[in-house]
Amino acid sequence: MSLIAKGILQGMAVTAKNFIQSYYKKERLPTVEYPEEKSTVNQFTRNIPFLVYDGEDEIEGMRCTACKLCEKACPPQCIYIIKDTDENDKPIKRPKVFDIDSSVCMSCQLCVEVCPFESIRMDSEFELSNENRFEGLLINRDELLKSNEYYHEIHPIEAQETDDRIAAKIAEAETKKKAREEKARLAAEAKQAAAAMKAAEEAAAETETSATEQAQQSEAKAEAPEDNPETKNT
Amino acid sequence: MPARGYHLSKDELGADILEVAMGPHHPSTHGVFRMDLKLDGETVVDLKPIFGYLHRNHEKLAEDIPYLGCMPFTDRLDYLCGMTNNWAFALSAEQLIEIEIPERAQYIRVICAELTRLINHCLLVGFFINDLGALGTPLLYALREREKILDLFETLSGARMMVNYMRFGGVRCDLPDGWLQECERIVGRFPAFLDEYETLLKDNEIVITRSQNVGVLTQEEATNFSITGPMLRASGVNYDIRKVDKYGIYDRFDFKVPIGAHGDCYDRFMVRMLEMRESIKILKQAIADIPEGPIMGNEPRVFKPDPQETYGRIESPKGELGFYLIADGTTNPYRYKVRPPSFVNLTALRHMCIGHKVADAVIILGSIDIVLGEVDR
Ligand code: SF4
Ligand code: SF4
Repeated sequence: MSLIAKGILQGMAVTAKNFIQSYYKKERLPTVEYPEEKSTVNQFTRNIPFLVYDGEDEIEGMRCTACKLCEKACPPQCIYIIKDTDENDKPIKRPKVFDIDSSVCMSCQLCVEVCPFESIRMDSEFELSNENRFEGLLINRDELLKSNEYYHEIHPIEAQETDDRIAAKIAEAETKKKAREEKARLAAEAKQAAAAMKAAEEAAAETETSATEQAQQSEAKAEAPEDNPETKNT
Repeated sequence: MPARGYHLSKDELGADILEVAMGPHHPSTHGVFRMDLKLDGETVVDLKPIFGYLHRNHEKLAEDIPYLGCMPFTDRLDYLCGMTNNWAFALSAEQLIEIEIPERAQYIRVICAELTRLINHCLLVGFFINDLGALGTPLLYALREREKILDLFETLSGARMMVNYMRFGGVRCDLPDGWLQECERIVGRFPAFLDEYETLLKDNEIVITRSQNVGVLTQEEATNFSITGPMLRASGVNYDIRKVDKYGIYDRFDFKVPIGAHGDCYDRFMVRMLEMRESIKILKQAIADIPEGPIMGNEPRVFKPDPQETYGRIESPKGELGFYLIADGTTNPYRYKVRPPSFVNLTALRHMCIGHKVADAVIILGSIDIVLGEVDR
């Protein structure tokens, strides 16, 4: 009988310890009374994608160029994009329709990884429940567009990295552009110089041609008779 | 509707045999799983496992998606162990294109896989005790500890369970600042939790009487059923793919493989408790040794491997998890086959349950450690 008591009493002691400590030790009681109380969302959390825009205006500042890389990369194919057109029906680099079906999206982040324009990013919004099963869960372009400030708010580290990357890209493009201009300028100068030299040479050559040509012709004539016997021998 | 037994005449049914459909909605079947039991009084005389309720077309789906696109789907196989699923698939696909994995990425993979093993085993033990009748409390202690590791995963990959973290040739992103220190802290405290948990359960007379000599699987039977993982080792077979294949960098770590002697439910439970301690050992070594450096080679995201077949396998917390791929020279796999440990281990269920009571069938199922996402795929 004493044996039976031992194991169970040990267990009881552990339970009692946990119970009592849960009143004053935070790590013994990690429960949060949702929804009255909300735990802070980890800044690395990802849930549903959104589109980042810069500045004040959603449409002007939109980073997305409707290149459709994300649409192709999405494994369950829940992104749907139509390119925008201007008044003359010419396609412009902007999506007219950008839908994400949040009931299909599996939060895999592959779209984020492929986007070359740092446009699509993961939101950490998790209260997405909706009464309308179809339209409510289909998130359209205007709902997806969120400002860069919002991005900084939810993912500070990642957003800063993104900004740095964009700045570096712009700087690189600038230097490249400058280098290209410089190269073009140098090339133009070189061309000019070459043209000038050519012109000068041509002018000089014209005066000499008649004399040299005559000399060459007379030499050729002098060599010709010597060649002939050899060809006959063979 | 009348119960199924009513359709049969008394002669067809056998004198006092009762058919019971246990599940698919039953708290102890760990998902949507059904056991059709034939009972003589309380004793199980026959058992038929019925599954497929969670079939999601996993293998066929992969044939229409590039290799990388399959990665997030593997998280949903055994949804408790996203990291190891990722690794198994990455290992298999890496054999197709023959890439070198940077040193740091190898260490990160080991750390993630061992953390996953901690999660899985501590949850399994919790549920096992729950099945024994200790409703709630011990399970919640296990969940509380698991939560800390899930928070680590969330910081690392952005998601708690559907991590989608590993890539062919490395991992998706580097460890955030302070992650390793936090990991070290949690791993350092884990043994204290294990001690407490063992005190709670190991010598408990109820646990012992309920689980010792229940669902015995001998060494020979376990091998014949192709059982792998902790369940095989509980039957006394020393077989751990981390030791046999030495995939990744497992040859660098010093750890033991716990072996059981009786192959009953109690041994399965204890083998997992001991494995957690070994995992902690590996984690401590990996955290101490992890080098700086790149985490990913310069691999293209979409590739076209030459036509060939590969099979990559790892020791997932539940057993041997393998991915069999056939490449046909396009960007998508021609055939994508998963060898799920839960499914194969489940084949021994009938054999183990016959002759035991109904209540024991529940804990035998619990000791196998199945996840229906992996069984049905
Ligand atoms: S979000 Fe990025 S990848 Fe997708 S269409 Fe826009 S620019 Fe292209
Ligand atoms: S997170 Fe994944 S599933 Fe969701 S839109 Fe992006 S690629 Fe598609």
